[in-house]
Amino acid sequence: MTTLHSNGRKTVGVLALQGDFREHREMLERMGHEVREVRKPAQLEGLDALIIPGGESTTIARLILSNGFQQPLRDFCDSGRPVWGTCAGAILLARNVDRLDRPGIEMMDISVRRNAFGRQVDSFEAALDVKGIEGEPFHAVFIRAPQIEEVRAPAEAIATLPDGTVVAAREGNLLATSFHPELTGDTRLHELFLTIGRNGHE
Amino acid sequence: MTQTGTWAVKVGLAQMLKGGVIMDVVTPEHARIAEEAGACAVMALERVPSDIRKDGGVARMSDPEMIRGIIAAVTIPVMAKARIGHFVEAEVLQALGIDYIDESEVLTPADETHHIDKHAFTVPFVCGCRNLGEALRRIGEGAAMIRTKGEAGTGDIVEAVRHMRAVQDEIRRLQNMPDDEVYTAAKEMQAPLHLVQQVKREGRLPVVNFAAGGVATPADAALMMRLGADGVFVGSGIFKSENPPLVAKAIVEATTHYMDADVIARVSTGLGKAMPGIAVGSLHEKELLATRGW
Repeated sequence: MTTLHSNGRKTVGVLALQGDFREHREMLERMGHEVREVRKPAQLEGLDALIIPGGESTTIARLILSNGFQQPLRDFCDSGRPVWGTCAGAILLARNVDRLDRPGIEMMDISVRRNAFGRQVDSFEAALDVKGIEGEPFHAVFIRAPQIEEVRAPAEAIATLPDGTVVAAREGNLLATSFHPELTGDTRLHELFLTIGRNGHE
Repeated sequence: MTQTGTWAVKVGLAQMLKGGVIMDVVTPEHARIAEEAGACAVMALERVPSDIRKDGGVARMSDPEMIRGIIAAVTIPVMAKARIGHFVEAEVLQALGIDYIDESEVLTPADETHHIDKHAFTVPFVCGCRNLGEALRRIGEGAAMIRTKGEAGTGDIVEAVRHMRAVQDEIRRLQNMPDDEVYTAAKEMQAPLHLVQQVKREGRLPVVNFAAGGVATPADAALMMRLGADGVFVGSGIFKSENPPLVAKAIVEATTHYMDADVIARVSTGLGKAMPGIAVGSLHEKELLATRGW
């Protein structure tokens, strides 16, 4: 059984091919964890958990392929250690994505539509209830954000907008969010994320 | 309750572009080559800066039809340039669905005193700077992203280096300055006091800062990253080179692996001829674009 508070310092990797990896790093460091920016597959060795940050999904997908990351990232997901994709990262974790001209990591049983809310002028902030997070609603920042159009078991939706649009999902040790907790001061989702491992990685 | 056009979402898109390469494109076909190569965004414009420099005349916002064509061709963010102070061009670009507006010295300025009031827009703006004071004046006006100007259309990195070093040096100087001297420092750099104080406190600009103006090779891009850029704009450097798709991919890899000389050496191999280039030192003062903007 997982607990809601992390126990002890962990070594967390942030995929640093492109995007807002610095914001994740700074938040995890404030929480007392050790952070490693990952630019080569060998740097995945010895990590307790991995974040695939926000950024441009086509760019990160291209760099995943050109740097030989696809299989090592799939193996990392299979290992049971927590893996979290925020925005572009969520797109890359999904098995099905519209209008992505190259494959991502394709490990979560969700279908994602890119830029589903429109262009940058439609980017927005909203308060959100997230399953597993106590207290006040989570303040979520959506930037040219994707929607999770379909969630297939064992994946489950853990946050929706008032109109029912799914914006966060979990499948075992895998977490996907359309929004960017790393752009806020709220560490609750980062704390939750570090507790979702399985196969002895709890 | 949802809110659009907030400071967090304006600054946030620039944060998502970090570690990436924004490429100038003049056709939908160029835009697709850029996207395929891994560009994190494209800048839609009618002529790349080296052609603007060569052709002379008045350089204006691009034709809306061309901008629409580029928006339709790719899924990555599309930026476009408005003339300095030309808030109606900016309104048109916002209406077209552009994701970021560059209020740019590469186009012919429309106002020699006032920049656009960028707070008045939902769409975010990026602006150029040569030093910290200029960066903070633009942020005060509402720019949610900054780029150092360099000297566009030259393929000469010297001005980009000068401007990036100037910004970083002034930030370090502020960090070492006693609090009671910051008022005069703000006056001297003609920047809003609260932003100067914020930079002193945080040791960095309040928004993302890319490098621009003169990047022509993978090593140029990595150099700017090493000097503290969050990412790079490449204008003429890609589509004026001999092999644009290869150069574009190589600059994307070098921007990610900017600390890794082995990777930069590998991707720099066999690229063909870089853009021809003009040494900035050979230009007359009135030919410089970086001195536009105030």
